[in-house]
Amino acid sequence: MSVLIVIDTAEGVVKKSAFETLSYGADLAAQLGVNAIGLLLGATSEEAGSLGQYGIKKIVQANPDQPRADDPTVLADLVSKVAANEQSQVIVFSHSLSGKAIAPIVSAKTKAGLVTGVVELPNTSNGFIVKRAVFSGKAFSHVRIDTPIKLISVNPNSYKINTGGAPATLETISLPAAASRINITKRQKSSNELLLTEAETVVSAGRGLKGPENWGMIEELAKVMGAATACSRPVADAHWRPHNEHVGQTGVAIAPTLYVAIGISGAIQHLAGVNRSKVIVVINKDPEAPFFKAADYGIVGDAFEVVPALTAAVKKLKGV
Amino acid sequence: MKILVCISKTPDTTAKIAFADNNTKFDTAGVQWIINPYDEWYALVRAIELKEAKPDTVLHLATVGGADADPIIRKALALGGDEAFRINLDGADCYQVAYQLAQLITKGGYDLVLTGKETIDYNGSSLGGMIAGINDLAYVSLATQLEISDNKAIVTREIEGGEEVCEVAFPLVISAQKGMAEARIPNMRGIMAARTKPLSVIEPVAQDPLTTVTAFELPAPKAGVKLVAPDQVDELVRLLHQEAKVL
Repeated sequence: MSVLIVIDTAEGVVKKSAFETLSYGADLAAQLGVNAIGLLLGATSEEAGSLGQYGIKKIVQANPDQPRADDPTVLADLVSKVAANEQSQVIVFSHSLSGKAIAPIVSAKTKAGLVTGVVELPNTSNGFIVKRAVFSGKAFSHVRIDTPIKLISVNPNSYKINTGGAPATLETISLPAAASRINITKRQKSSNELLLTEAETVVSAGRGLKGPENWGMIEELAKVMGAATACSRPVADAHWRPHNEHVGQTGVAIAPTLYVAIGISGAIQHLAGVNRSKVIVVINKDPEAPFFKAADYGIVGDAFEVVPALTAAVKKLKGV
Repeated sequence: MKILVCISKTPDTTAKIAFADNNTKFDTAGVQWIINPYDEWYALVRAIELKEAKPDTVLHLATVGGADADPIIRKALALGGDEAFRINLDGADCYQVAYQLAQLITKGGYDLVLTGKETIDYNGSSLGGMIAGINDLAYVSLATQLEISDNKAIVTREIEGGEEVCEVAFPLVISAQKGMAEARIPNMRGIMAARTKPLSVIEPVAQDPLTTVTAFELPAPKAGVKLVAPDQVDELVRLLHQEAKVL
């Protein structure tokens, strides 16, 4: 019996979402009194044993001599095979781009119940009930998984990362991989250095900025805060900023520790993408902006004056 | 080419979220229903554009739901599509819904199945992958662009920290997100035409759900905003640093 944690990697590097998922899986295994096993799919450029710091004792690396497959069906098949070998009763994924692609396929192929977007450890006192975010962060639901094998995916930025665990042992395994049906012809990195969904701090701006030429001060503030940049829907629709920066109902949903919204009125569709942020700061010249109702801190003022002052104040705090 | 677009009915984005029956059911009182925006703006509109470019394309729509989903599927037909199917089941979980659609897809022999990346109510992000898994079809998730060339789909999908372009032979399942197409508004001709387009009701096949919702819960309300004067930015930074401890 074991809890198997599928580790997200991109170009051989373990993603931050995996640190959370490994911590979650380690704590869940302790709760169930079974072993936690991390699963790497394909080659990595890092030393896998160090992943033990999140509380994992054993890492299985499938096909370490091959790059991670591009086809989610191929990856799902590898996950199922390792889960069978390790007699895993729970498989934990990240609710990330990669987890969203793989987990449903594993669920369908093995007829194991899947709950996505999980925010807490399950209640296992009577069955296996997990809490997940629903209605775009406006509510939670508690869902019981009724199959012997349980699949869950953990929402990014919702679980505390463990530290200080001993190095994990590494076991490599070669498995026959199915033929890929997806042929990648081009790959390109986005200009954002920080992945929006993984960022601890996000600085976001809206129509109040008046035009794309005014984003310099937003990027400057984001830089001193170590934040990712984001924007509201009208800004992305007007092509002032790229679509992958659009947070909200129809864009990306995020849950950073700190969300700074500048010149965004806070329409309900925007709030749906950011309301799981721990602390929200709103800067808007309109005191009636609905965003203030959802904010923890606010400044009613002109962004063009407040933002440079805020950048300077953060610089002073950080001593840069 | 034969395309199926999967449509879900969801509460309007501005609907009040409340629960009934001792927090075990979504309270539908006074709720306006819409086509799930990801299904409509991205999956359906892109499929309509593909049909406009190649008029011999067959475009079908499908939903899983009770009779209360009929107005939604008619609204989708007003945007475009040749005919629609409603599988008569109030789906209890994503697997049960995916299973129904998978049977319809096998029977219909579709080359391309499009879904939205998630619904805005249950946010499962799982339907496309489950359909692909059940029917052993290729799956591309979170697509931002889709072109058709010869006998394959050229799809741009979002990956961690970037995007990639891939080529996939038919048949395949794609989940669509922002970038695929621009939202459209149905015109009067479309609305009139939708009234006479075939909408067939199909009885579901037996398949139990794999999961059960036991309760809903609303998040704790916010304490209220703490306002800082615009010339007191240092004070805001102090609060974020010392009180909220997020800076």
